[in-house]
Amino acid sequence: MEMINLTIDQKPVVVRKGTTVLKAASSIGIDIPTLCYMKLDDMNIENKPGGCRVCVVEVKGRRNLAPACCTEATEGMEISTHTIRVVNARRTVVELILSDHPADCLICAKSGNCELQDMAHHLGIRQIHYQGEQSMYREDTSPAIIREINKCIMCRRCETMCNDVQTVGVLSAVNRGFQAVVAPAFEMNLDHSVCTYCGQCVAVCPTGALTEVDETGAVIRALSDPTKTVIVQTAPAVRAALGEEFGMPAGTLVTGKMVAALRRLGFDHVFDTDFAADLTIMEEGTELLTRLSAYMAGDQNVKLPILTSCCPAWVKFFEHQFPEMKDIPSTARSPQQMFGSIAKTYFADKIGVKRENLVVVSIMPCLAKKYESSRPEFSVNGNPDVDFALTTRELAHLINLGNIDFKSLPNEEFDQPLGESTGAAVIFGTTGGVIEAAVRTAYEIFTGKPLPRIDFEELRGMDGLRKATIDFNGTPINIGIAHGLGNARKLLEDIQAGNSEFHAIEIMSCPGGCIGGGGQPYHHGDAEILKKRQRAIYSEDKNKTLRKSHENPYITKLYDEFLGAPMSEKAHHLLHTKYFDRS
Amino acid sequence: MNKIKSLADLKKLQSDVQSKIKLREKGDHSENLVQIKVSMATCGIASGAKETMTYFIEELDHQGIDAVITQTGCMGYCYAEPTIELTMPGQPPVVYGFVTKAKALEIIEKHIKLNEMVDGIIPVTYNSIEN
Amino acid sequence: MAEYNMHILVCGGTGCKASQSELIKTNFKTRLNEFGLTDEIQVVLTGCFGFCEKGPIVKILPDNTFYTQVTPEDVSEIVEEHIIKGRKVERLLYKDPETKAAIGDAKGMDFYKKQIRIALRNCGFINPENIEEYIGRDGYAALGTCLSEKTPDEVIQMIKDSGLRGRGGGGFPTGLKWDLTRKSESDQKYVVCNADEGDPGAFMDRSILEGDPHSVLEAMAICGYCIGADKGLVYIRAEYPLAIERLKIAINQAREYGLLGNDILGAGFNFDVEIRYGAGAFVCGEETALIHSMEGKRGEPTVKPPFPAEKGYNGKPTNVNNVETFANIPVIINKGAEWFASIGTANSKGTKVFALAGKINNVGLIEVPMGITLREIIYDIGGGIKDGREFKAVQTGGPSGGCLTKSFLDTPIDYDNLVAAGSMMGSGGMIVLDDTDCMVAIAKFYLEFTLDESCGKCAPCRIGNKRLHEILEKITVGDGKIEDLDRLRMLSTVIKDTSLCGLGQTSPNPVLSTLDHFYDEYLAHVTSHKCVAGQCKALMHYSIDAERCTGCTLCFRNCPVGAISGERRAPHYIDQSLCIKCGVCFEKCKFDAVLIA
Repeated sequence: MEMINLTIDQKPVVVRKGTTVLKAASSIGIDIPTLCYMKLDDMNIENKPGGCRVCVVEVKGRRNLAPACCTEATEGMEISTHTIRVVNARRTVVELILSDHPADCLICAKSGNCELQDMAHHLGIRQIHYQGEQSMYREDTSPAIIREINKCIMCRRCETMCNDVQTVGVLSAVNRGFQAVVAPAFEMNLDHSVCTYCGQCVAVCPTGALTEVDETGAVIRALSDPTKTVIVQTAPAVRAALGEEFGMPAGTLVTGKMVAALRRLGFDHVFDTDFAADLTIMEEGTELLTRLSAYMAGDQNVKLPILTSCCPAWVKFFEHQFPEMKDIPSTARSPQQMFGSIAKTYFADKIGVKRENLVVVSIMPCLAKKYESSRPEFSVNGNPDVDFALTTRELAHLINLGNIDFKSLPNEEFDQPLGESTGAAVIFGTTGGVIEAAVRTAYEIFTGKPLPRIDFEELRGMDGLRKATIDFNGTPINIGIAHGLGNARKLLEDIQAGNSEFHAIEIMSCPGGCIGGGGQPYHHGDAEILKKRQRAIYSEDKNKTLRKSHENPYITKLYDEFLGAPMSEKAHHLLHTKYFDRS
Repeated sequence: MNKIKSLADLKKLQSDVQSKIKLREKGDHSENLVQIKVSMATCGIASGAKETMTYFIEELDHQGIDAVITQTGCMGYCYAEPTIELTMPGQPPVVYGFVTKAKALEIIEKHIKLNEMVDGIIPVTYNSIEN
Repeated sequence: MAEYNMHILVCGGTGCKASQSELIKTNFKTRLNEFGLTDEIQVVLTGCFGFCEKGPIVKILPDNTFYTQVTPEDVSEIVEEHIIKGRKVERLLYKDPETKAAIGDAKGMDFYKKQIRIALRNCGFINPENIEEYIGRDGYAALGTCLSEKTPDEVIQMIKDSGLRGRGGGGFPTGLKWDLTRKSESDQKYVVCNADEGDPGAFMDRSILEGDPHSVLEAMAICGYCIGADKGLVYIRAEYPLAIERLKIAINQAREYGLLGNDILGAGFNFDVEIRYGAGAFVCGEETALIHSMEGKRGEPTVKPPFPAEKGYNGKPTNVNNVETFANIPVIINKGAEWFASIGTANSKGTKVFALAGKINNVGLIEVPMGITLREIIYDIGGGIKDGREFKAVQTGGPSGGCLTKSFLDTPIDYDNLVAAGSMMGSGGMIVLDDTDCMVAIAKFYLEFTLDESCGKCAPCRIGNKRLHEILEKITVGDGKIEDLDRLRMLSTVIKDTSLCGLGQTSPNPVLSTLDHFYDEYLAHVTSHKCVAGQCKALMHYSIDAERCTGCTLCFRNCPVGAISGERRAPHYIDQSLCIKCGVCFEKCKFDAVLIA
């Protein structure tokens, strides 16, 4: 390996060939500020347009300043990172960006989480010397995402996520010069585009240009309405990240505190989406086995692989991009929607509350869940199965509004009957989890034997595309896993071309799965945070007594009392769905 | 058109087509070339000036002598048509009268090639018409 | 076939074409037919002659007669007088701007005397739609020589020895660029011709493609041979329809003659050229932006390195040269590197084509040896300043360049001297300014252009130029303060220092160079609110001299806003609070009583 010697601020440093000046500097403790640059280590996600010019440094012998983020270290380079020329340039560039940015920090949705605000503070900017016209664009509101493009600083991170990572291709720069802005084609609104609402653009936006639709107000109103019974469900990935909003280290599991907080906020019943995840496994696992058996028996009408359908952004993605394949994914609804459907039938009957008076709130790591809950097929006579889908971040705001000192809360338990879950359900929150949960149940049903081991390490990890073959007692089952829609696209193209070797595939839109969802606390480009959340999820699974969905006693009870059997007519009606061609 | 298959083919085509535009190049350095102006007013044309001009062009080309042959207006010597004005590089112009094909050949062979004036020169009392 | 006694060359460049030069050609054919002269006289539509000021141009050969501003109606007279009777049509001949004497022979025109035409050698000389005329002028001989007698390394060495530098703006040594691309290993490489000419006023690339497209195709093939590419792409702006048409004809003819395609001249070398259309974005002249545009992406630059020589079109090594650069290549091969290097200065060899415009008598396209002085260009070739006014400055390098003042009139023009003088070669726009041009307004004009043409990718160019423009705007309307001048300079410096690509790195040049050379003019704008050139309307002050005013009421009646009052036969008066400075009173007054200050 070729090594490069250079000096940065007079300090010698040796790095591998190909290392950027930015990285070389950070290896010796020199922290060059960056704004547009973002890299999620080990996830193959990097945004370095070299556009903000905040990271410029002086290179001896070079005419102009060089952006540290995309300048490769070369032999003998002499770099200065804080000469007066550099500092003046850096501050001027940030002043220029601020001069074209609304100064409404106090009431901005991103206040406190804004990287531009942090940068202005970091550089001690107290005055903007170059004032002038500011960009004016209309606001664009969709079911999940708000685009307040006046706040766009053209960092292009959203484009990288939307185009390179997700291959959705909705967001790109349009217009020239001062009018240049990131927008859907022809500057149309997001809801007229093929946007999947995965929310990865929001997850990486450094400013308040892209934020979620805030529904906390509506939830507060519902909670204070005496005629309503308000229940809440929490998705598995939320408990592994919510603590970050209250200053706890990434990867802290806060399941018990979260339940306590929700109870204090006034929810009448605090339930768990994990319960519905177990239910999903029963339905999806049964569907898998039915299709698998028919396929193996030579039924030409049955297609494999079967694809998971828990992720609403993924569902919208294939409806737009691969409509001809809409009969391949499982027909099982997502856990959020299964929960809503059961809550407003089975549970509403149980507590004797009319559907209209039962409000179902879900806490999700996701922005697409807002869109999913608004899909017309998930409502009855105009009353949605899930009324409001809040993000992890919105829940944190709600907890703050409730004057709750989150860290000092005791651990509390979920309510029953919709609060019981197994370890299989918890791992839904990470990439590979859904398929592992399905394998745990399908294996035992298929072979009629208990699993020799519960942990399927071969299905875990952070690689964008993974595959494994699981021995179903002599029958090899090929499993594929993709997270990030760009990776999903590759698997779909293989299926289209007839080259797919898989029996079942799990697809999650967000890198890392739900732990990296668009509604989670901002990771600000630190991939380590996602890995810590993932570890937390697996540790919760490990600590559960019950770790297979079919062992959940409340699930058994639900089938006995209400649904009959998996894939029964009633289950079909309440727990399955169909897909639409949106091309 | 057949494709040009080699450098030799290209060079052959080049020499074939060069003559077509040679005339234009001559205009750029006419002072170094033999210049012949053929008087081509009605009187001249009636007396065969056109044939004379064509003869000069063809014969000089045939002999490989670079020359600029242009037509000009009536020189005033209508009695002596066809008339031409011959300018050798670096020399004052000379006007010849009654330039038939035979005379033309004589002018080429003697005046142009050997720089010996031949009979038939009309004394000129004024400077060349133009240029 | 019979050879023609006479050739009539009609300029078919875009400018002359717009003035009906095609009809002129048709009229010639019709009239010649009537006289039965079609076999003796050839009529050719050529590329641009460069002397656009006086177009349409008709040149008659071999007697080298240069007719200017010819109309289709003039054709009959030219045929009857000049062609038939041999009498030149005096009124259409070019007149010397000084002596007013008619010049019959183009060689006698000052405009052409100091020019050396290498890149433009065939423009206005051959029919660009006829490959044989190009071949007759040594066309494709250089390609033939390279393929059969020279190795790629030898050719590259020749280009290096010639000292040719990129004519598109940067001035990067062409031979070195080829060498870098040759050394990049890949299964596929590309030759790209940058025909995205975007400098306001510059049109040499268009003229070359319109007048001599084969010279570019031949050079691209030579480049392909050298770097190991079998594919060439011409990136041309869709606003150049005539150039595109001529290029298409040329490509088809070259294919037909086997000079493009497989096994060219039996040497086993394959090369073909395709056209790619640009939408006319200035920034796409930047090579990385150009490549992205060709790939179907947004035309914006990326950080270099990697250079296109390593990672260009479709990620493959790509050599990008500008049209004019390519047009020089065949001549260098034919006449030798030494010959080429004998023209020009120590570090700038050969010639440069300039588009001469502005307040100058002979507007047009000129090709001059490097090292020529501004004085020679402006006074000898350009025929001096229009209307006898005073020379103030010349703007070179377009929006990336700067202004050169009187003190640079005798500086030899080459890449390095222009940069040292605070400007740059650019693609060769040269706009002459006189004492009625306000330098603040000029700086603002260029900035306006950059503002529109910035891709918006990097913050200093996107926002910084906007702020610069706003400050200049403030100054031109009289709201400027003295500290704005410091601010202009500071901001300009940061924009140059931090912008991503050449566009932003040079965009403040017009501001900096005018600040350097015309600081007093800026100062007058901000301190005494005066525009000495009388261009900044808001700073003009109209008043009526009571002594001279006869009270004729003409100004009163013409003032569009009723700002003028006064009794008949008594001095009038302008109400400054109402005056919109339209200047109508000044134009209408017959007694010079309206004063401008």
